Amino acid sequence: MRLATKDVTWAVGPATIVDGVSLSAEPGEFLGIIGPNGSGKTSLIAMLAGLRRPRRGTVELDGVPLSALSRRHLAQKLALVEQQAETAERMSARQAVELGRTPYLGLGHPWSELDDAIVARALAQVDMTPLADRNWHTLSGGERQRLHIARALAQQPRLLLLDEPTNHLDIRHQIGILDLVRRLDLTVIAALHDLNHAALFCDRIAVMQAGRLVALGTPVEVLTQRLIAGVFGVEAAVERQENGSCHIRFHATAGALSG
Amino acid sequence: MTVRRLSTRASFTLAAVALLAAALWLGAAIGETAIPLDVVAKTVANRLFHAAYPLDPIDEGIVWSYRLSRVVVAACCGAALSLSGVVLQSLLRNPLADPYVLGISAGASTGAVSVAILGIGGGLVGLPLGAFAGALIAFCLVSLLAWRAGSGAAAIILAGVAGSQLFHALTAFVVTKAANAEQARGIMFWLLGNLSGVRWPDVTLALPAALIGLALCLSQARALDAFAFGRDSAASLGIPVRRTYVLLIGVTAMMTAVMVALVGSIGFVGLVIPHATRMLVGVRHGVLLPASAIVGAVFMILADILSRIIVPGQVLPIGVVTALFGAPAFAVIMSQRRTRL
Ligand SMILES: Nc1ncnc2c1ncn2[C@@H]1O[C@H](COP(=O)(O)OP(=O)(O)O)[C@@H](O)[C@H]1O
Ligand SMILES: [Mg+2]
Repeated sequence: MRLATKDVTWAVGPATIVDGVSLSAEPGEFLGIIGPNGSGKTSLIAMLAGLRRPRRGTVELDGVPLSALSRRHLAQKLALVEQQAETAERMSARQAVELGRTPYLGLGHPWSELDDAIVARALAQVDMTPLADRNWHTLSGGERQRLHIARALAQQPRLLLLDEPTNHLDIRHQIGILDLVRRLDLTVIAALHDLNHAALFCDRIAVMQAGRLVALGTPVEVLTQRLIAGVFGVEAAVERQENGSCHIRFHATAGALSG
Repeated sequence: MTVRRLSTRASFTLAAVALLAAALWLGAAIGETAIPLDVVAKTVANRLFHAAYPLDPIDEGIVWSYRLSRVVVAACCGAALSLSGVVLQSLLRNPLADPYVLGISAGASTGAVSVAILGIGGGLVGLPLGAFAGALIAFCLVSLLAWRAGSGAAAIILAGVAGSQLFHALTAFVVTKAANAEQARGIMFWLLGNLSGVRWPDVTLALPAALIGLALCLSQARALDAFAFGRDSAASLGIPVRRTYVLLIGVTAMMTAVMVALVGSIGFVGLVIPHATRMLVGVRHGVLLPASAIVGAVFMILADILSRIIVPGQVLPIGVVTALFGAPAFAVIMSQRRTRL
């Protein structure tokens, strides 16, 4: 599915937090969003997911404005993994993933064996089957994150929105999860904080700075020494790999935080 | 696997209904004059199925006219308050939420007292409607206050405390200003929870309120499940958040209002029973809601029995009994919760 924004703006009081962003994710594409803390990635994703209504501009799913779709219908097409989502409920890992079936259940559609199978597959995809019956509160941050991703997969979406999905993960699962979502036949939009992950997995990268979209293109086009210095304020060397991708090597600079 | 799940569910349901029936039966038998269990059963058979067992008319009268209506209303009240507690705790994601803590009961009391004393409306319909209006006003006020005080779990509870105090004061004001001494005494007793005045016409209000409340809450069971990770998570799982809020808060206010109008405001049931039931049956609302209703109903019947026999010759306000048992139970549950987290 294609998800496109046209000039979306979001503000809290006088502060403009997302400022006139126009971009689109094409069917099957992996679109990365990068940018420093507070640049508006989470706010943009909330609008893409239909959770915040833009003050100006529109978000369209295959040409239909999100505001014209019912929440239930939208949830069958689009799943979101939030940056932070916690619960006080004493639920099991499996129960957390089972919530992903919510948009398909209802009075005429009780829980079925198909739902059991979909949940089991989602658990297996994120490598959490052995821990499926553990209490949520006994799991590590990374394990919880993988369950959130499994819940989103259990929604069987056409489009997946991920907000810093690899935050708590160890390196194996960081690579594993990004590789998994890329291999699935999905459109993916992911806010990523690791530029090398963005370079490795994204078809295109959108760069946010202070609420504005400042660059949009393939990793090789976007991840230049100048852009990284300008947006993130760090010195980096960008190395071209033989396969056409790029790798970023950061230099420790004295006073990087005082700039 | 599905078949086994169904049969365990069926046997649990059967056990729960049997437990409720036993509590109702006991509740009708125990009291100042103890009445044998078989007399209770025969009375019910006589009245409902024209069985024509020869019974002492006084016994039959006590059981039918006083005890049974009272025990049924107690059950409805316990069920309704527990359901309200489950809904509020899940919806607001706050383990301390319940109609009493959030000031909804206090608002309902003010509404009911205003109707009763200031004579707005009147009769069986007027009182609950006044209570409903009071309950809704209280909830809106408390939400507004919590919103002004900032987000976080503590804000809504503090706002609830403030709201309760305000509405208690308003009630006291109305009572001292407009009621005579006799009325005032009656109202103060009723405010603490009092089932002694309950008769069959009250059942025709309490039973539909509890059953419709249960049905509406159950219709939102999956939505309540989806709130586990917060509002945004629920919305991204396809739940129309605002509509769900309005419906469930409305149902909660309705149930609380009806029960407050009939028997006064009773604390701790809506707070403790949901936690206790969660420990028994888990967090899925499809099971948790009906289970809480039954546990709450049984708890309230037992509390009512105790209120009648704890002090010989005296009836304690039932709110005193629920607090006497509810407060320590709550302390235990909260400390267990902490160690298990
Ligand atoms: N509800 C809100 N109220 C006020 N400010 C907000 C709100 N949400 C986000 N912000 C502010 O908007 C900016 C962008 O936030 P966010 O979208 O979370 O950025 P990112 O995800 O890129 O770190 C931050 O400065 C944040 O403090
Ligand atoms: Mg963010």
